[in-house]
Amino acid sequence: MAHSYTPGLTVTEQALVRRRRMLSLPGTVLVAAGETVRANQAVARAELPGKVYPLNLANQLGVAPDEIQEYLIKKAGDRVQKDEILAENKPLVKWFKTEVRSPITGIVESVSTVTGQVLLRDPPRVLELLGYVDGTIVEVIPQQGVVVETDCSLVQGIFGIGGETRGEIVIAVASPEEVLSPGHFTPEMKGKVVVGGSFISSDALARAKEVGVAGVVIGGIHDKDLRALLGYDLGVAITGTEQVGFTLILTEGFGPIPMARKTFTLLSAHAGQPASISGATQIRAGVIRPEIIIPKGSPSGDHAVATDLQREGIRIGDQVRIIRDPLFGKIGEVASLPSDLQKIPTESEVRVMEVRFADGSRTMIPRANIELIEGT
Amino acid sequence: MTHPLNVIVATDCGSTTTKAILIEKVGDEYRQTFRGEAPTTVEAPFEDVTRGVLNAIAEIEELSGRKILDGYRIITPCRDPKTGVDIYISTSSAGGGLQMMVTGVVQNMTGESAQRAALGAGAIVIDVLASNDGRLPHEKIERIRTMRPDMILMSGGTDGGAVSHVVEMAEYISAAEPRPRFGATFKLPLIYAGNKDAQPQVKKILGEKTALVLTDNIRPVLERENLAPARNKIHDLFLEHVMQQAPGYKKLIEMAGAPIMPTPAAVGVIMETIAKREHVNVIGVDIGGATTDVFSVFEGLFNRTVSANLGMSYSISNVLAEAGLPNIMRWVPFTIDEQTLRNRIKNKMIRPTTIPQTLDELQIEHAISREALRLALIHHKSLATALKGVQQERTISDVFEQQQSGKTLIDMLKLDLIVGSGGILSHAPRRVQSMLMMVDAYEPLGVTRLSVDSIFMMPHLGVLSTINEKAATDVFVRDCMVYLGTCVAPIGQGKEGDRCADYTITFPDGRVDKGQLSFGDLRLVPLSDGQKASITVQPAKQVNLGAGAGVPVTREVHGGVVGLLLDGRGRPLQLPADHNARVASLTKWYSAVGLYPKGG
Repeated sequence: MAHSYTPGLTVTEQALVRRRRMLSLPGTVLVAAGETVRANQAVARAELPGKVYPLNLANQLGVAPDEIQEYLIKKAGDRVQKDEILAENKPLVKWFKTEVRSPITGIVESVSTVTGQVLLRDPPRVLELLGYVDGTIVEVIPQQGVVVETDCSLVQGIFGIGGETRGEIVIAVASPEEVLSPGHFTPEMKGKVVVGGSFISSDALARAKEVGVAGVVIGGIHDKDLRALLGYDLGVAITGTEQVGFTLILTEGFGPIPMARKTFTLLSAHAGQPASISGATQIRAGVIRPEIIIPKGSPSGDHAVATDLQREGIRIGDQVRIIRDPLFGKIGEVASLPSDLQKIPTESEVRVMEVRFADGSRTMIPRANIELIEGT
Repeated sequence: MTHPLNVIVATDCGSTTTKAILIEKVGDEYRQTFRGEAPTTVEAPFEDVTRGVLNAIAEIEELSGRKILDGYRIITPCRDPKTGVDIYISTSSAGGGLQMMVTGVVQNMTGESAQRAALGAGAIVIDVLASNDGRLPHEKIERIRTMRPDMILMSGGTDGGAVSHVVEMAEYISAAEPRPRFGATFKLPLIYAGNKDAQPQVKKILGEKTALVLTDNIRPVLERENLAPARNKIHDLFLEHVMQQAPGYKKLIEMAGAPIMPTPAAVGVIMETIAKREHVNVIGVDIGGATTDVFSVFEGLFNRTVSANLGMSYSISNVLAEAGLPNIMRWVPFTIDEQTLRNRIKNKMIRPTTIPQTLDELQIEHAISREALRLALIHHKSLATALKGVQQERTISDVFEQQQSGKTLIDMLKLDLIVGSGGILSHAPRRVQSMLMMVDAYEPLGVTRLSVDSIFMMPHLGVLSTINEKAATDVFVRDCMVYLGTCVAPIGQGKEGDRCADYTITFPDGRVDKGQLSFGDLRLVPLSDGQKASITVQPAKQVNLGAGAGVPVTREVHGGVVGLLLDGRGRPLQLPADHNARVASLTKWYSAVGLYPKGG
C-alpha cells in the first residue's frame, strides 16, 4: 500500500530547531557563527529607507520640467534640512522671487526633468532583527541575516495572531478540558505565556489584555470572538502583524476543543521556563504555523532537526486528531488503513482509515479529515 | 521528441491538492485511465511541491499497477509496457499564484487594459495604480512597497502620446525600491508595455533597480488593445523568476518534459478551444481552494479574471466575509446557528484539505460555493468589457438606451454554454448538484447548456494541448467534458403558483410532453446525453424567454447526464425572506431534482 502523506503539527519534547532570521533589506550582521545569542539580542541591523515625499518643482516655480535644473539649489543626493531652500527662481524684480523649501529633513533622492518632480526622502530608520530564540548562530548570511539553532521542546499551533514575543510559561488550568475564564488571570501573569485548556471566552480575552500577558495558548476560540478581538472578519489565514495586546495561539481550532493531552502535558512540564512564541500563520505556499519554542540550553546534538523532519506517511498506531465534524477535535490512534475506496454519508467515495479512541471504540474517518500529531 | 507519446502522466499542483492523471493510448485513441490525488506539499515539513507530485503519482502507480517512480524520479520514457511514462507534464498554482501589480495612466483605460493583460496571463492582480486613481504619490509608493508583488506590469499612454505620466509612475516605482516575495537577492521582474516613446526614460529610471523587460504597447492607439506581447512576457518571466523561487519549483521544472503552465492559463486554453470548436458563447469557471477563475468567450472575445481570495479552502472564510452570512445561509436547507457555522468555516480555512463527511457539511459547502461563484462572476462582468475611453458613433435611438462605452460583454441571454471545473463542481457526489450550484449562482437566462469537467482535468489537458493536440482532444471529448443538460429559465417574476409559461417538448422518439410551469417550480425532465429535443415555450404575458414578453420561443435543447431543467423560479432569482418559507422552498426544489439523498 502506498503511503499517503497527511499534514500534521509537531508536538515534541526534543527537537533541534533552526530559525532563519532575515533582514527585509540588506544590512549588517552583528554576530558571528558559533556565537551564543539570547532571544532578545539584536543579531542584525539594517536601515529602512525613509518615506518619500514627491514635490512638483516645475509647478511651484512655474517653469517647464526640463528647465528645473537651472533653479535648483540642492542637487540629487544632497542632504537637506526642513525649510531649507531647495530651489528658487531669479526674477528681475526681487519681490517676485519664488523659493521652494523642503518640507522634511532628509536627502534629495532624484530630480526629474521629464515630470519636473523632485523626490525627497526621510532619513533612514534603523531596523533591528532580534535572535527570537536563545541558541547558537550556525550560519551567517552576509548582509542578510543568520540561522539560529536551539535545542528545545517545540509545539506547533494550528492558528495564531500577533507577532514574536517571549515569556515564562504559566499553566492556568488544571486540565486540557478546562475553559480559561477571566478569573484565571492574575496580575502576576503580566509578560508571561498563559496556557489554558479547551476554550477562552471573549471576556477572558479582555482580561488577558488588561493583565498584559505576553501570550495565550489555548485549544479553541469562537470565530465571533476573534472578529471582536481583531475588529474585522479575517478572510484568509495570513497573520502575524496584529496588535491586540498579546500573541494568541490556538492548538486545535475554532470552537471549544480540549487541547491535545500530549500538548498540555508537554507545556505543563515546562511551567516556569521561558518560551519564545509566535502567532504568525500563513496557510498558503511557504506555510507558517504558530509555535512555542522552549529552549533547553546547550544543544546535545542527538536530536532530529524539526525543520528537516521527513515522514513517509501515516502508519498504524500513529496518534491522530480528527479535524472535521462530526468528531472534530477527538484524538485517537490509527487502527487500520483499508486501501479500497469507501462511500461516506455524502455519497462520495473516498479513502478512509479506522481510528481507535481511548475508550476502545472505533470509527471510519476519511483520510483527508485527520491530522497526525507529530513528534516523539 | 524522438520516442512515441503513448503514456503521459500529468499533474496540476493546486493550492490545496495535487492532482495526477494517467493518459494512455488505447488503440488509436488517447484515454484518461487512472487518477491520483495528494495534498500539495508547499508547507513544512516538506516545503517542496515535488513531494506532493510524487505522492499523487504513487497513487496512480498503486491503482494502475504501472511502475512510474524510481525513488524520487519519474521513469521516462517507457521502458516496457508496464514501466515508466513517455512524458511528464504539469500545471501549477501552488505557489499562491502569480501576484502582480499593474500600472496605467488612466485607471479605466490603460489601467484596465494592463489588468486584462495580466489576468489573461493567469495572474492575480493585487492592485492597479494609475495617475488618476485618487491616491497621493506617497501613498502609491507605500502601496508598491507593502504589497510585494511577484511582478509589475507598467502600461500607459498611446504610442506617440505624452510621456510624462508614464515616467512619473516609473519614478514612483523606483522610489519604492520593490523587492520580490521570494529570493531577497533577485531583482523584481518588471514589464514595460506602455508608450514606446517613453522606453528610454523608463530604462534609465528602472533598468538598474529591476529586471526590466520592454515590450510592445498594450494600447498603441486608443481604439485597439494589443495584449498578446505583454501576456507572453508575463509567462516567460513567471517561469524564469517567480516559479523558481517557490518551494521546490526548480525541481518540478527539471522533472517536467514541457514548460510548466500556470493553472489558469492552461484552463483558459481549453475554454477558448471549446468556444472555437463549437462556435458558441461560453462562460467557464474553475473554482479552486484559493481562487476562482472565470473565463468567457463572447463573439470570439476571450476574457479571464482571477478572483483571488474567493475559493473553497484557503479563502473560504473570505467568501463569508465578502458575501455575508445571510447570503450563504439563504442556500442552506436547514437551521444552523451562526456561531457553529462560522466556526466550521474557519476550521475549513485553517485545515484546507479536509472534505465534508456528513450531508449537512456538504450542503454548507455547496451553499458557500454558490456565493463564491456568484461573486466571481460579478467580478468578471465588471472587467470583461468593451474598450473604455473610445468614442462611439451614436444614432438618435442610442440616446434613449443610455449605453456607455465599456459596457460588459457578458450577455446572459446570448450565453450558450456554462462549463464548470474545480474540486467542488467536479467532485460533487451527484452531477445534479454541480448543475444546480451553477444555475443558482449564475442565474442563466433563456436557454443555456451546462457541462462540468468530469474529474477536474482541464488544466492537465490545457498544457497537454501545447505538446500533443490529438491526445488533448481525445481525452477532452471522451473523458473530460460531461454534459449535464440544458436549463430553460424564463425571465420575470410572479407570485408562487401563478402561471409562468406553458411548454411542449418533442422528444427524439416522437413523444410529446406538454405542461405548465408555475412560478416557484423547478422541474427536471429526463433527456440523456447525446439526445436532442425540441421545446416550445409560451411565456405568460409579463414573462420573457429572449424574444420579448409573452412571445413564444422554440429551441432545440441538448440532454445530458442530468437532463432538461425547467426553472420557473423567476429571474432575477428571489428566495423567500422568511427563514421557514425559504427552508421550505429549498427543500421543495432540492427534492424536486433529487439533489441530495432522502432525508438530506
